[in-house]
Amino acid sequence: MSVGIVMLCHTALDRAAQVARHWVERDCPVVIHVDQRVCKADFDMLQKALADLPDVRFSGRFACEWGTWGIVAATQGAASILLRDFPGVRHVYLASGSCLPLRPVRELIAYLEERPRTDFIESVTTADVGWTVGGLDVERFTLRFPFSWRKQRRLFDGYVRLQRLIRFKRRVPPGVVPHLGSQWWCLTRQTLSAILEDPERAEIDRYFRRVWIPDESYFQTLVRRYSANVESRSLTLSKFDFQGKPHIFYDDHLQLLRRSDCFVARKIWPNAKKLYRVFMTKEGEGQAAAEPHPGKIDRLFSKAVERRTKGRSGLYMQSRFPNEDWENGKSASPYSVFEGFAELFENFEPWLGKMTGTRVHGHLFSLERVEYSGGETIYNGAMSNSAALRDYNPKSFLANLLWNTRGERQCFQFGPADNQEINWQLGSDPNATISVISGAWAVPLFRSNLNFSEIRQEAARLQRLEQEHLLVLRSPWTKARCRIWNLAEFVENPMEPLQTIVDEISPRALRRLTEAPRMADLKGFGQFLQNLRNQGMQPMLMGDFPVDDNLQQNAARKGRPYLVK
Amino acid sequence: MELKAVANRTRAIKKADILLFSTLRNERVRLPFFLKYYRDLGINHFLIVDNGSDDGSLEYLQDQKDVSVWHSKHSYKRSRFGVDWLNWLQMRYGHDHWTLVVDPDEFFIYPFADTRPLRALTDWLDASSIKSFSAMLLDMYPKGPIGAQPYREGQDPFEIAQWFDSGNYSITRNPKYGNLWIQGGPRARMFFPDKPERAPALNKTPLVKWSRRYAYASSTHMLLPRGLNLVYDEWGGEKASGCLLHAKFLDTFAAKAEEEMSRGQHYANSHEYKAYKAAMNDSPDMWCKWSEKYINWRQLEILGLMSKGNWA
Repeated sequence: MSVGIVMLCHTALDRAAQVARHWVERDCPVVIHVDQRVCKADFDMLQKALADLPDVRFSGRFACEWGTWGIVAATQGAASILLRDFPGVRHVYLASGSCLPLRPVRELIAYLEERPRTDFIESVTTADVGWTVGGLDVERFTLRFPFSWRKQRRLFDGYVRLQRLIRFKRRVPPGVVPHLGSQWWCLTRQTLSAILEDPERAEIDRYFRRVWIPDESYFQTLVRRYSANVESRSLTLSKFDFQGKPHIFYDDHLQLLRRSDCFVARKIWPNAKKLYRVFMTKEGEGQAAAEPHPGKIDRLFSKAVERRTKGRSGLYMQSRFPNEDWENGKSASPYSVFEGFAELFENFEPWLGKMTGTRVHGHLFSLERVEYSGGETIYNGAMSNSAALRDYNPKSFLANLLWNTRGERQCFQFGPADNQEINWQLGSDPNATISVISGAWAVPLFRSNLNFSEIRQEAARLQRLEQEHLLVLRSPWTKARCRIWNLAEFVENPMEPLQTIVDEISPRALRRLTEAPRMADLKGFGQFLQNLRNQGMQPMLMGDFPVDDNLQQNAARKGRPYLVK
Repeated sequence: MELKAVANRTRAIKKADILLFSTLRNERVRLPFFLKYYRDLGINHFLIVDNGSDDGSLEYLQDQKDVSVWHSKHSYKRSRFGVDWLNWLQMRYGHDHWTLVVDPDEFFIYPFADTRPLRALTDWLDASSIKSFSAMLLDMYPKGPIGAQPYREGQDPFEIAQWFDSGNYSITRNPKYGNLWIQGGPRARMFFPDKPERAPALNKTPLVKWSRRYAYASSTHMLLPRGLNLVYDEWGGEKASGCLLHAKFLDTFAAKAEEEMSRGQHYANSHEYKAYKAAMNDSPDMWCKWSEKYINWRQLEILGLMSKGNWA
């Protein structure tokens, strides 16, 4: 009989009774504290259920509202009884009614017997903790907290603010160096009795009575006064989520719990029948000397917190719909937008696909239909090619496409003839790389068979739209990576920009382009622009094209125009 | 009152019971599996309004020990598509209970549904001070023409309707009620490619820790007070959510569409059913090569249709 248990209970008393019996039958006396707020009938039932066990005691009851002194008072009372009634006890283990021993009790006893002078209690100075609720750490010790955090949150917060404002500070008693830590500890008789029998205890208690969440600081602080050997960790596996409430264990955590080699876990869902059945009956043969290693469980829970606070980038769904600029990544993965390339080059899409090994779509925002790669009528995620469906919510459309294809870089064509509603979405997305050959929309017009008056009208319309688009791309709020060339400068030296683009998409390829896309025949394009001017339209986005065709004649050749080493 | 109690067993409802509310008409063939599914999940009591069934639904429900059933011959449309009836029943019997409001062809699924009963979820929601839980409607459909595989009584409908659309949903925020407005899926793709605004809403908040001060404003899409509609995170994180697997597209669908059309009792002049009927005449196949075959909730979570949030 070297380990005694103090058990604090407030709900699921049937489970508490089951666990108490488990401890007692394995030679660990138990003192149970039941929250004052539990009704008499339930309390009587618990007492009756354990009546046949000689080594169970019930301690005087306190109301244990979260964050208040009651829990410490309850612990003090129960621990005193334990030390008084069971003189053989060397270590006192503080547990709750929803704690579950995971390893055979004799392993815990052996583990503690090997460390007879060690106090296991997480005890960290206020400067070093990063997990406190509401940002209160050192202020827990220096402010007053007369209002309930649960029921009078506004008063609570308001009173804290007021005290900060007037710089109110309580005096911390001499010799008390505030420490914080997990509520669940295991202390030696020597240390615990020194705390409980301290001649100054009345004064210290009076101080801690008004400290915020004293159950995480009373013993954690005082242990530093008396213990020669503090091992600052809890033997109880207990994880907290981002709101500071404990994660709960269910049947499907069985394997994780088993392999953690922790002695006790908290908190267990009362209806986790399998967990209770397995851990309450079988005394499995573990590695008796193994140290607890809760790493896997830590990861599981920290991932859960990350999912709740950061979420998956680029996902928009029923329970994640971030406000603008709070997306934590506007889209799921990087993508490239090409403007004017498919107009200037005859085979740009297949060429780019071949060079970079990515998915290259046509004009996804074309007014007629969504031009998916390969002319598909339906795409990844069962996305329709209906322009009406897309235009009903272009933002969702793009987000869906990028989410559905995450892991594969998407490239698509865009231009002033397309639905422009997506402009800002593209411009403000750091995942977007936008390459523009401004004025290239004139090339298909140049080569079309329309009447010139229609051409002129259409050219004016497209130019206006592209100007607006370029304003977006050049605005200070734009976060996309943008490259803009005018048609004339691009035509003059196309290989360098093409190389840059390809390198950017597949940086590991690291090879020179050996094949260029086929450029449209621009013979007579300068004259075409001059004709537009003569008819009163001012083409501004193409750069300087001489009226005679002696610009870049090499670029206007057909076939495979460049072979670059 | 438009509702007449046919079998009122609500005295049997205990303090922490989880209640299911539903309204239906002529769903006899679906009922055995429906009740079994939700009993297995951990529903303690069913409260159902029968809107003038003549196929034996009422009689069948009357004989179930955990079902209370009311009867109404009044207009489904005038009762705002059953919402008024259910709001009244919920106010009366749902106060302080977790309540799940679903149609007989909607099957609730949530994170860890295969290993944790519904009570585990509601306990966790209670502990987290969460009062309402979102479950988007996910339309399920068979491969091949709807109706090629007949549904047998008691059968799991998802043996037939195994497929769904994984990533074609449109989401906007409704500024008035604060809820999200989700449309899309196979119905938008098949029946409303030219009138997407008419595609049915898929956002639902069926699981609520009810209070008599609450009310559903329109079906289970919107709640009052508005705070209950904030089932989504706005700062980048993910809240926990589930799905309602929708077993609408079985062989029973054609007959249903026909009947509902002639009754004209559905939302917005039944235009939804008009569109279905038009499309149904050429017995459509909703399946496409990008359709996703349903496996389990983990698959839905990976696809981003639902989330575990911080429940681990």
